Amino acid sequence: MLIDWFTVGAQALNFLILVWLMKRFLYKPILHAIDEREKRIALALADADAKKGEALKERDEFRHRNRAFDEQRAALLSQAMIDAKAERQRLIEEARKAADASGTKRQEALTRDAHNLNQSIIRRTQQEVFAIARKALTDLASASLEERLRGVFTRRLREMDGVAKERLAEALKTSSSPALLRSAFELPAEQRAALQAALNETFSAQIDVRFETAPEVISGIELTTNGQKVAWSIADYLASLEKAVAELVMEQGKSEPSHEIEAEPKSVVNLR
Amino acid sequence: MRLSPDDMIFWQNGFLKLNATIVFTWLLMLVLAVGSKLITRKLSTDLKRTRWQNLLEIVVTGIGKQIEEVGLRNPEKYLGFLGTLFLFVATATLCAVIPGYEPPTGSLSTTAALALCVFVAVPLYGIESQGMRGYLRSYVEPTFVMLPFNIIGEVSRTLALAVRLFGNMMSGAMIIGILLAITPFVFPVVMTALGLLTGMVQAYIFSILAAVYIAAATRTIKPRPAA
Repeated sequence: MLIDWFTVGAQALNFLILVWLMKRFLYKPILHAIDEREKRIALALADADAKKGEALKERDEFRHRNRAFDEQRAALLSQAMIDAKAERQRLIEEARKAADASGTKRQEALTRDAHNLNQSIIRRTQQEVFAIARKALTDLASASLEERLRGVFTRRLREMDGVAKERLAEALKTSSSPALLRSAFELPAEQRAALQAALNETFSAQIDVRFETAPEVISGIELTTNGQKVAWSIADYLASLEKAVAELVMEQGKSEPSHEIEAEPKSVVNLR
Repeated sequence: MRLSPDDMIFWQNGFLKLNATIVFTWLLMLVLAVGSKLITRKLSTDLKRTRWQNLLEIVVTGIGKQIEEVGLRNPEKYLGFLGTLFLFVATATLCAVIPGYEPPTGSLSTTAALALCVFVAVPLYGIESQGMRGYLRSYVEPTFVMLPFNIIGEVSRTLALAVRLFGNMMSGAMIIGILLAITPFVFPVVMTALGLLTGMVQAYIFSILAAVYIAAATRTIKPRPAA
């Protein structure tokens, strides 16, 4: 007999036991492990998805911020450029003003220097002219400059035309205060007396005269009374000299120091 | 000439006996259980795992896939029964390369026991899935006249299961025995290899047929509600 029924029963039981053993030791742990792994993978994937989403969000935010930053930077840059331009303009303007101011100052200084030089030259020239004239006169005619000046003044008085003479006489007569006779130098007593005599003679009256010394009187001697004035002047000569000196100063101002001036001194003492 | 390992009896006390079929079955059970236990002792749920775990995972998921392909929706429920059928028959065949070993599946008693298990399991799964009435109604489908034929079919297919496996296993062992007597060199090796292949195919056929029977029992009623 091929079938042994006891063996059949035993094998069926064996098989059922094997089913239980396999379930217990093989399928359950393996399936459990697989499930766990799948769960882990799903979790990891979900996590990765979440992270990806987060990263995308952050990227967008970063881009947005970057764009905003760029815009801000561009705005700041353009503003800075505008400011710099304005500042440059302002600085240039300031520098120009400063240059103008210093130029003006320099010009003023030059003018002042020229003026001072002029003054001193005039004074010096006056002195020189008088010194030369005095010496020449002494040498040539043994006459003093004061004498010659008094002579010239006297002649001037005498040679005055009728209208001027009458006006001056009128002024002398109506004047309450004595007539003022100013001279660049101290007049000696005899000169004063001579001048007094000349005045008396010219106007046929006793003229009250007050003598005064004033170095600024270029003319040498001048008579002032009640708005009328008689003077001997070297003003033209001095004006010509002043002009020459001014030119010299101007040349120096243009940084061309060596320029000869050809001043033609007018040695003529002219009367006005 | 011994046809079945049942005939190799180690111990007997009246009706109770201990023959080679039972002993080798126990050995196989021991190997399978201890092997599984050893491998599954340190299972990793991580992405990194041992090769043995990989092998077992492939086997288990492969069986599950096959069951699913047959048409059973929830393979984990049937994995214990059908998977063990396959593993037992396959291991019993593969161990045939060990000298002195007699495959327990070469005994008609073993195959009959397995077929009986299928015979009992099919209605159990069917009743669990559709209820007693639903399952019993499948016997009178499509008409009442078909009842005896359905019952005959049920019995005959169980018999066929048992005899098919037994015939194949027994014939394999028999052919090798005969060939050893005729051409003792080389040729038996080829035939042993062929026997291994047939054994694997039989294991596959046995478990797949069981799956098909269970699937048929659990879903017979399915098309009805639509009608």
